Amino acid sequence: MNAPLRVPRDFDSGQEVRWCPGCGDYAILRAVQKTLAGLDADPSNTVFVSGIGCAARLPYYLATYGFHTIHGRAPAIATGLKLANPDLDVWLVTGDGDGLSIGAGHLLHLLRRNVNCQVLLFNNEAYGLTKGQYSPTSRIGTVTPSSPAGSVGDPVSACRFALGSGAKFVARGIDTRIAELQTTLSAAHAFAGTAFVEILQNCIVYNDGVFSDFTERSVAAERQIHLTHGEPLRFGPDLNRGLILDRNAFALRAVPVGPDGVPEEDVLVHDQSNRGLATLLATMEGPDLPLALGVLFAETGSIFEAEVRGQVEARGDLPLPDLLRRTSTWKVSP
Amino acid sequence: MGGVVVRFAGDSGDGIQLSGMRLTMAAALGGKGVSTLPDFPAEIRAPAGTTYGVSAFQLRVGEGEVLTPGDTPDVLVAFNPASLKTNIGDLGRDGLLVVDSGTFTARSLKKAGYNENPLETGTLNGVRTLTPDISRHTLDAVKEFDLGQKGSLRCRNMWAVGLTLWLLDRDTIEAEGWIRNRFGDSPVGNANLAALKAGHAYGETTELPSLDLLQTREGTHVWPPGDYRTVTGAEALAFGFAAAADRTALDVVFCAYPITPASTLLHYLSAMRRRNIVTFQAEDEIGAACAAIGASYGGALGVTSSSGPGISLKAEALGLAVAVELPLVVVNSQRAGPSTGMPTKTEQADLLQALYGRHGEAPLVVLAPNSPSDCYATAIEAANIAIRHMTPVIILSDAFIASTSEPWRLPEPDAPGTNPVQFLTDPENFEPFARDPDTLARAWVKPGTPGLAHRIGGLEKSAGSGGISYDPDNHQFMNDTRIAKVTRVARTLPLAAAEGPDDASLCVVTWGSTFGAAREALARCRAAGTDAAHIHLRHLHPLPANLGELLTAYRGILVPEVNSGQLVRVLRDRFVVDAESLPKVTGKPFRVDELVGAINAKAEALA
Ligand SMILES: Cc1ncc(C[n+]2csc(CCOP(=O)(O)OP(=O)(O)O)c2C)c(N)n1
Ligand code: SF4
Ligand SMILES: [Mg+2]
Repeated sequence: MNAPLRVPRDFDSGQEVRWCPGCGDYAILRAVQKTLAGLDADPSNTVFVSGIGCAARLPYYLATYGFHTIHGRAPAIATGLKLANPDLDVWLVTGDGDGLSIGAGHLLHLLRRNVNCQVLLFNNEAYGLTKGQYSPTSRIGTVTPSSPAGSVGDPVSACRFALGSGAKFVARGIDTRIAELQTTLSAAHAFAGTAFVEILQNCIVYNDGVFSDFTERSVAAERQIHLTHGEPLRFGPDLNRGLILDRNAFALRAVPVGPDGVPEEDVLVHDQSNRGLATLLATMEGPDLPLALGVLFAETGSIFEAEVRGQVEARGDLPLPDLLRRTSTWKVSP
Repeated sequence: MGGVVVRFAGDSGDGIQLSGMRLTMAAALGGKGVSTLPDFPAEIRAPAGTTYGVSAFQLRVGEGEVLTPGDTPDVLVAFNPASLKTNIGDLGRDGLLVVDSGTFTARSLKKAGYNENPLETGTLNGVRTLTPDISRHTLDAVKEFDLGQKGSLRCRNMWAVGLTLWLLDRDTIEAEGWIRNRFGDSPVGNANLAALKAGHAYGETTELPSLDLLQTREGTHVWPPGDYRTVTGAEALAFGFAAAADRTALDVVFCAYPITPASTLLHYLSAMRRRNIVTFQAEDEIGAACAAIGASYGGALGVTSSSGPGISLKAEALGLAVAVELPLVVVNSQRAGPSTGMPTKTEQADLLQALYGRHGEAPLVVLAPNSPSDCYATAIEAANIAIRHMTPVIILSDAFIASTSEPWRLPEPDAPGTNPVQFLTDPENFEPFARDPDTLARAWVKPGTPGLAHRIGGLEKSAGSGGISYDPDNHQFMNDTRIAKVTRVARTLPLAAAEGPDDASLCVVTWGSTFGAAREALARCRAAGTDAAHIHLRHLHPLPANLGELLTAYRGILVPEVNSGQLVRVLRDRFVVDAESLPKVTGKPFRVDELVGAINAKAEALA
């Protein structure tokens, strides 16, 4: 136990990082390396599996095992990997296009099966690697080379997609809030089952500032709420605002708290085991409501690869010569 | 052609397949050669009595080795007018027709599209016909078991099995054992037994001649001593993967998405009592292929299986497996295409897809079993090649091989752990894409191995280190190396051999399930004085090293395939030989007489 704990640098593969200067991916890489160091993760037992995209390059930069696969299919590859070796610590890295467009079908099934791994979805509301086309999370009207008149069609909400798919752990973070992200990633890692983390990531080249109305320092306190299980849902510069349930609208409402607002005890308390509340929290997108950050939902459940392996064990084992003879046979004598 | 061909035909719900298997087992247990061909309708529960709901099962029984289920039936047992209508055309002139006359009611005749009762109009003229009222006889035989009209009539198939066993001069012992096993001492079991015996007794009391065909047409085949069972291609593949898991001490992770006719393999493996076989029903075929790749990456043997459209979906993932050089086995139970095509019908039309159907240069190994029992060896061989050469291997089976059955002398599987896989564990000078100088395969490293953490992916890799590389010379080198690696597999393969006379000027070249029909056709041709050689290919890529040289010895080359001419193109391309295609795409395998005709014609043209 005296061995010095690992430091973030121990998880640097030494490969030259090729993201655009100023890309939010750098901060996420840093948060991941800090998380791994904080967990004292064994690089030999840790595997990062990714699809294709700027986000999906992450495994190359980590001194762990890494598999950069094909567009959208990382969830399926990770599932096979965990079936082969349930003991590996598997992280999956995907983008909004990779995970919610071409690979949405696989992601849904990973989440509903509850394969024990962590999913990091870097959401930059754009296809970065292919030069900035709109993605399934782009807001209506996003002007890109493939949508010069503005994108049409409602965007998908990553966290609501995950909750709807039956995910048992859903969280959200922001690229530049490295400390908070590290806490969230550690919680994801501690969770037994598929832990889904949406990370809002700034693509400085193709979609710069797309999250700035939440992330700008000047508005952050007003526009973000940081969730802690068992704590009241309060936010604002002096925690002077809170969330209450508007029973008529069946929606959350942000209200002033204290002498000029609602009494403290009327503010909702965060309960991460409540899927309904998590869905309402995931739905908050402004401008009247803050963006929910941290762990929205966590509920333990049975783990896919353990169940499958358990059934295989229970099926028993017959030597092949006996298996071959579990039917009518006949003998030809010499 | 030796032996008797019997075809049962009726509604999907009539127990046709079960009946066929009872006859098959009775024949096999009696030491006969047998080959079977089930023929299901595509609809699961087609309306009763319709022609498109007809299910059939054909078997050929003979004294010797029986290589095909026969071209046309000698005996047709038709359970209703619809099955008579759809099958009578196949019955030979001197065949025997057995029909359940009890089903020839005005209503069922109309459903089958008959305006008049063919049993009465003389349209079956010239065919020996037996018209027992099987329905009536069955009801009488099972009356005491109180199964009701519907339940009682379910035993009709066993009555017919009893009668057919009599006609084939076989006893009912195997069928009785099977019924007891399946139903125990229940009213249903006892009713089935009663029906079976009544059918057999009917043959005896009405003094129907048992068919002399078996006695008169004897083969010369001697069965090697051993334990035997019957096996379908899908079963033999399942056993082969179990054997591969045992000998390599690996888990097989089998990943598939349901599709006809590939699903049976998924079912067998899912039910198999083995701790080293994990099955995974993925969300689609892309997911299945990817999960298998993930499993191989994790140190198990990933196997994925599909058919038709599902195979197309796997193409991109196969490219990844080629690029990252991981073992992977892909089973393609080919079916008639394009698109949904004819899901239950057979075809060999995915050869060029298997060889070339990926973007970029993505060479891999392609094998094809030649019979149901050969699937066992093919599965083991595919696993061995995939592991030894770190490459995907495609097994081209087909709907015919998957479902047809034949006697199989049970192999002596290698003891578990005979040939365990050696994963690389030594961190000294580790490079993920360093290669074995002999096979050019890279080492297999399992995540979890201390000190060997590294990154792989679909981007082009620097030779040796595996780092991302866009270097032009490196890409040329890696491309050439991937091709050479697969080409070198040929060094470990048996050489091709021509069967037949040395001085033949014609050679028939086949692959996959066309083997049996070709073997038999050539035997017939030779017996009639036409000399031709036969080369059958189990390895489609790489081809056996001596194939080109072998082929130059012939003035004529004929390539029968259940496609529009695919292997023939490969042979022309590789060896610049004047090979002629004999294509067929009817959803059915070649008939022996078709091949005999084509071989004779070609031989005459050469003479
Ligand atoms: C089958 C396939 N189709 C298309 C592409 C091209 N492609 C590469 S990345 C990408 C989108 C990536 O977007 P996202 O997942 O959001 O990642 P980002 O680059 O934004 O991090 C596309 C369309 C591909 N590589 N493979
Ligand atoms: S394109 Fe955008 S997401 Fe991709 S590396 Fe550049 S800034 Fe980052
Ligand atoms: Mg993106």
